[in-house]
Amino acid sequence: MAANREKLLRVEDLVLHFRTTVGVVQAVDGINFDLDYNRAVVVLGESGCGKSSLAKAILRLLPRNVGAYSGKVYLGGSDVMALSDEEFRQNVRWVGISMVPQAAMNSLNPVIRVGDQVAEPAMIHMGVKKEEALKLARQMFEHVGVPEDFLVRYPFELSGGMRQRAAIAMALVTAPNLIILDEPTSALDLLTQANIFNVLKRIKKELGTSFILITHDIATSSELADEVAVMYAGQIVETGEAKDFFPAPLHPYAQMLMASVPRLRADQDPEFITGQPPSLINLPPSCRFAPRCPKRHDKCEQDPPIIEKDGRKVKCWLYA
Amino acid sequence: MAESDVQVKEQRIGLDGRPVLLHIENLRVWFELRRFGFGIAGHVRAVDGVSFNLHKGEAIAVVGESGCGKSSLMRTILGLYAPTEGHVEFDGQKISEMGRAGLRWYRSQVGYVQQDPYGALPPFMSVQRILEEPLIISGVKNKQERAARIRKVLEEVKMYPVEDFLPKFPHMLSGGQQQRVVIARAMIMEPKLIVADEPVSMLDASVRVEILKLLRGLQESHNLSFIYITHDLSTVKYFSERIFVMYAGNLVEKGPIGSILKNPLHPYTFALMAATSDPDARNAETYKEVPPGEPPSLVKPPAGCRFHPRCPRIIPGKCDVEVPPEFEPEPNHQVQCWLYQ
Repeated sequence: MAANREKLLRVEDLVLHFRTTVGVVQAVDGINFDLDYNRAVVVLGESGCGKSSLAKAILRLLPRNVGAYSGKVYLGGSDVMALSDEEFRQNVRWVGISMVPQAAMNSLNPVIRVGDQVAEPAMIHMGVKKEEALKLARQMFEHVGVPEDFLVRYPFELSGGMRQRAAIAMALVTAPNLIILDEPTSALDLLTQANIFNVLKRIKKELGTSFILITHDIATSSELADEVAVMYAGQIVETGEAKDFFPAPLHPYAQMLMASVPRLRADQDPEFITGQPPSLINLPPSCRFAPRCPKRHDKCEQDPPIIEKDGRKVKCWLYA
Repeated sequence: MAESDVQVKEQRIGLDGRPVLLHIENLRVWFELRRFGFGIAGHVRAVDGVSFNLHKGEAIAVVGESGCGKSSLMRTILGLYAPTEGHVEFDGQKISEMGRAGLRWYRSQVGYVQQDPYGALPPFMSVQRILEEPLIISGVKNKQERAARIRKVLEEVKMYPVEDFLPKFPHMLSGGQQQRVVIARAMIMEPKLIVADEPVSMLDASVRVEILKLLRGLQESHNLSFIYITHDLSTVKYFSERIFVMYAGNLVEKGPIGSILKNPLHPYTFALMAATSDPDARNAETYKEVPPGEPPSLVKPPAGCRFHPRCPRIIPGKCDVEVPPEFEPEPNHQVQCWLYQ
């Protein structure tokens, strides 16, 4: 069980289901993965595959209609799922793991100065005085490349890219070991996007932070990824090192997803995946990708196990 | 084709003797900035001196970041904004001189594919109603004919069985299907020109390619002219013959797709290409080169070349003083940059 040295994050059998009027949505359905210090994992998946719910499940940001919520999440070796909600809020959220939510740049409070907003988590979660917190905020602004005088400005005075940097600075100010980024650049322009990834790379190098990057954009995800986890219909179907994954994904879904990426520097006609992802209600007992899979066979009627192959993990009968 | 029924005043001829469908000359679209009370505080120069020809059956891509004026350009082409200066000429007629009836005809000749399919479809109308409306407005009285045309266009966007989709409302469709309905609506009047504004940016990766291929197929089979507006350089080569790169209201580089992607001339095009990622694990090891700063204000654009404050190859005393004219260092490949003087 416990290795000599604990990994930063270990997720075991994490389940998050939602109750709805039409049935139970199995958004996160038995997820296992781990992440070491100063590493970045990309969670790739199409919309509706449960990747944002995975972030919420890790950070215990749950809506009211939770049907099932179970599994283990170890942060630095200690089981944070065992904590009470209040303990979790005090000891894990922001301090251990912070998050840059989707469209974070538009979630800043318009009537509070940016610097004060960035400093606030430090005041609340680290108990430091305002001057101290502002000093931290100033340091974080330097890390993300926002000029210092922007501390006293209001969000409307900042461009989209600058606001996104401020949101990242806010996630950094409590010095967490892990930051979850949910589609950090999806609403930004190309050059701004490239800039933000430069910022994230620099933070990883200078501060040693780990990242979980949740995205559907395969091409830009390679800018930060050390490891890749591909999600389909609430489950992780493949995990592996980025250097193994990007040239040759194993799972048929991952292969088709990769083939659908238009490339600027290669003359390769992109292919699309026929059919649609299944609804997360009443999922079949078979492999969840089987109905769309060009390589399906009789065995695919049963749920495939996770198979280890050269240090990579893939949930597919082809490799059994 | 009985196209010669419409008497064209004079047929413009473009590159390689191809007939020109859309001719845009020195187009400026400025918006007034009102001062509180009265008076004009200045202008937002959204489109500032744009000229190009779009040939019949040609697909072009306009590439630029948000705020560069590409949407204003598109809306002017659609006849939604009036040009401040210059004109847009469709099939030999200036759209500003068309009048009400002429504009109605023009709008049946131009289809528009919006960026956000869900926002573009009225939520209270069924697919049948959405597609029938343009036909009713344009005076197709025969119900059978309308039904036949709706069926035909839905088959063209590969939504079959057609009967299953006709009674559906937009919220019952997936994103890809909604975008197909938007495309079907743009196609139903059998237009000659389609303007697509980021048609796939809201869709998932696997659906994107499907929609792009569908659009490309329609463009080829109907010999449509196509304006594809995007910020994503990696998709343009599957889609268009020429690229126009737009920055701060100007088309800074125009040229055939092959020569721009192989040999980008303008430093801005270069920066855009450098910032575009291909999926490659080695990307994580290097930093990207990004020009500093942000696109300029369109109210007070910088003097000289508008890219000069961010340009890594600036020629001091030249780029920051004089506006670069269009140079043509390669055949059919124009660039507004002093480097190619």
